Amino acid sequence: MEAGIVSYGAYVPRYRITPTEIGKVWGVDGAGMGQGLNVHRKSVPAPDEDTITISTEALRTALIRGAIDPQEIGALYVGSESHPYAVKPTATVVAQAVGATPNLTAADFEFACKAGTAAIQTCLGLVESRMVRYGVAIGSDTSQGAPGDALEYSASAGGAAFVIGRERVICSLRKTLSYTTDTPDFWRREGERYPSHGGRFTGEPAYFRHVTECGRRLMEDVGSTPRDYAHVVFHQPNGKFPQRVGKQMGFTEEQMRHGLVTPYIGNTYSGAALIGLANVLDYAQPHERILMVGYGSGAGSDAFDFETTEEIARFDRGYGRPVQDYLDHGIELPYAVYAKFRGKIHMGGG
Amino acid sequence: MSIARFWRETPRRYNLGGSKCSICSTVYFPPRSVCPTCTHHRRSIGKMQPLQLCGDGEVFSFSIVQDAAEGFEMQVPYVLALVKTVEGPMLTGQIVDVDPAEVKIGMPVHAMFRKLREEGRAGVIHYGYKFAPSTAEDRRPHRGGSHEPSPMAEPPGRSRASA
Repeated sequence: MEAGIVSYGAYVPRYRITPTEIGKVWGVDGAGMGQGLNVHRKSVPAPDEDTITISTEALRTALIRGAIDPQEIGALYVGSESHPYAVKPTATVVAQAVGATPNLTAADFEFACKAGTAAIQTCLGLVESRMVRYGVAIGSDTSQGAPGDALEYSASAGGAAFVIGRERVICSLRKTLSYTTDTPDFWRREGERYPSHGGRFTGEPAYFRHVTECGRRLMEDVGSTPRDYAHVVFHQPNGKFPQRVGKQMGFTEEQMRHGLVTPYIGNTYSGAALIGLANVLDYAQPHERILMVGYGSGAGSDAFDFETTEEIARFDRGYGRPVQDYLDHGIELPYAVYAKFRGKIHMGGG
Repeated sequence: MSIARFWRETPRRYNLGGSKCSICSTVYFPPRSVCPTCTHHRRSIGKMQPLQLCGDGEVFSFSIVQDAAEGFEMQVPYVLALVKTVEGPMLTGQIVDVDPAEVKIGMPVHAMFRKLREEGRAGVIHYGYKFAPSTAEDRRPHRGGSHEPSPMAEPPGRSRASA
């Protein structure tokens, strides 16, 4: 394939909360919970942030880094499970906010945590078939867990945007394939505020089966082994699952190092694997192979075999905060302020 | 604010769409159709070019709001500032992602895309610019001392200037 990633940008809100602080409220050993999940802190969106603002900030960074004329964007898709409107696209606001309207197609994607990787596949198809010059795929979320639920210790906010094209490709796609089944491990019914999940059922039959099968099939298809990859990125609902699945598949900690961001910002859902990929690209050198396997509950996995090009050495990674800055810095909140920011306090009225 | 009124202001609220006099190079936000700076105002008619502000600037003055306007109760205390943009126009906007005690006059800031307000739980959500403290990475690479503002894409629909 000649198509690939032309530019990228990530955005994570500035506020953070630790599992210890959450645990204090619910009478739980939060520090132990965080250790078990391998989540040291998670990001919290400010009251004026949502999937639309996060997506816009990530894409603005990508467009400036790649010196891309927004009017050349032919398709824009935003994958999320926390679109601010049930009816009215996130993608139209984002497209308008970056100056890409009106000559483009735009839509919102939803497939739990893998809506962003599904958007990348769609853009690759449109670019490869020469229907558009640039396609934009964004994975972004401001998800939350019910107060006191295990999800509350990891559900966070953030997103990343990828511009897909055929010119000045910094990371070309060698192969992508998917693995999809009907597996009810995690869901949120229409009108419900918080998601529900199947507890331990989210592990073996869901995350681990789909990620390993999808990754293994892709490597079989291209005839590669784990040693062929400089970096590997998995969907990361917590910091523990990706480490375990990586070991099962034969990857080393060094290969997983840059792609694992959840321990420092929490699970950004549709943004999780994509922010991991953005961090890998922040560090990557030319001619490095990258394996990314996303996962979305419900359930499915999308696997990608990427290879960086000479172009990445010329790419302007200097503009915008690197992902590492989001991993290292933040403004820590007490639970009460976090609860206020996330609308967990009932204010009375209608 | 009515949906139609906010929608008309989208180019400037989303993209900081202003205008620049092609005679004297003065930049305006909100955009103007006549340049009040030029000696012969009429000469500037038809010579005002659309221009998108880059979003970089510094705090000219500010106030910490303790008694919130409706819809901003969750953000108290918050900072409302006059921001002097690098292109010249002074903008009023909220400073976010900062402890209000750390805001200083002269602090470099850059524009962020944020929710401005919601028309209740079921109503439309309005978005636009606010400002956040800048680090070196936040400054636009093509915008240094010799900043030349980039022209703005033609806004959709009419843009009505207001004070």
